[in-house]
Amino acid sequence: MTDLTASEPGQDAEFGDFFALLKPRVMSLVIFTAAAGLFVAPIHVHPFLAFASILFIAIGAGASGALNMWWDADIDEVMNRTKGRPVPSGRVSPNDAKLFGLWLSVISVGMLGLTANFFAAGLLAFTIFFYAVVYSMWLKRLTPQNIVIGGAAGAFPPMIGWAVATGGVSLESVLMFGLIFIWTPPHFWSLALFMNDDYSKAGVPMLPVTHGKRETRKQILIYSILLAPVGPLLAFSSIGGPVFLTISLVLNSLFLMGAWRLFRRPEDAAQSDKYAVERRFFRLSLYYLFLHFVGLLIEASLRWTSFDMAAWPHWVG
Amino acid sequence: MAIHIEHELHKRRARRNLFVGLVLAGFVVMVFGITMVKLTNGGKIEGFDHSVRPSLEVVTE
Repeated sequence: MTDLTASEPGQDAEFGDFFALLKPRVMSLVIFTAAAGLFVAPIHVHPFLAFASILFIAIGAGASGALNMWWDADIDEVMNRTKGRPVPSGRVSPNDAKLFGLWLSVISVGMLGLTANFFAAGLLAFTIFFYAVVYSMWLKRLTPQNIVIGGAAGAFPPMIGWAVATGGVSLESVLMFGLIFIWTPPHFWSLALFMNDDYSKAGVPMLPVTHGKRETRKQILIYSILLAPVGPLLAFSSIGGPVFLTISLVLNSLFLMGAWRLFRRPEDAAQSDKYAVERRFFRLSLYYLFLHFVGLLIEASLRWTSFDMAAWPHWVG
Repeated sequence: MAIHIEHELHKRRARRNLFVGLVLAGFVVMVFGITMVKLTNGGKIEGFDHSVRPSLEVVTE
């Protein structure tokens, strides 16, 4: 009898299974962008408080990941990429995942409020709500625009980091938000081009499933064009500068060229080389975002070391 | 009813409990650290304790 109860699913999960519920890989991206938002802000934050704030933002992001895995267990079960996750594989019970996510949400929001300020905490709470409720529960299964609107959840972290330092929102943090927000659709759709089968099996209305790959390629190009001015705008805000402008111009030209190439590519050519160009564009999109934030951090460190270009025009903001 | 025999299950539970303990200890350290930083940098905490003491205000001009 003891053995029977012990082998019930979810009764004896390892610590690592709960850690996996936090989606550590997504979390590392959140840590990076939130830290960037915090460090590029014009107000100095005590290093320990900065560390604690970023930790609580990361835990909040993890909490929304756990809630997403609780809600999406039925989808995760049928997709190859996700069927080994703790809930669909039976190592953590759905109820445990839900309670874990809810409690971590409460703790992370409360602690961020006490550590930094309650404006930042409110933004974090809204982000968790947006990802878990608006994206996971509502839009993901309803519309092929799921990625576009859901991308907002991933775009909030630098804004929260900025709010930790400044206690508010400003044009700079809105532009950082916009950079990730508009970047998300071409990033995910290029992935969906070659991971199509998984999504159609799970019945998730991804754009290539509902509108075909031709339309997806067109949408990637449209969003890449919309994305192009955001980086240069940031370059002429108070957190930009010549280094950032150079990085942004190079990355945007590469991105636009890549999107154009995807757009011009016929489907049979893509199939014959197993989506090599699409995969390359997806990888480029990762560098695109990462290097933009690295550029902002470089500009910030130049400002802190007062190696500043006083003549640089700050037209935006 | 061989309760004294250590099952593989008990080892797994012990390991999980150890991790939970470490996380809780880390949380305590975190709260302590935050408190110390806030107390050290928060000059105004005493300034507004019971009654305002202007002598504790930082002169900015």
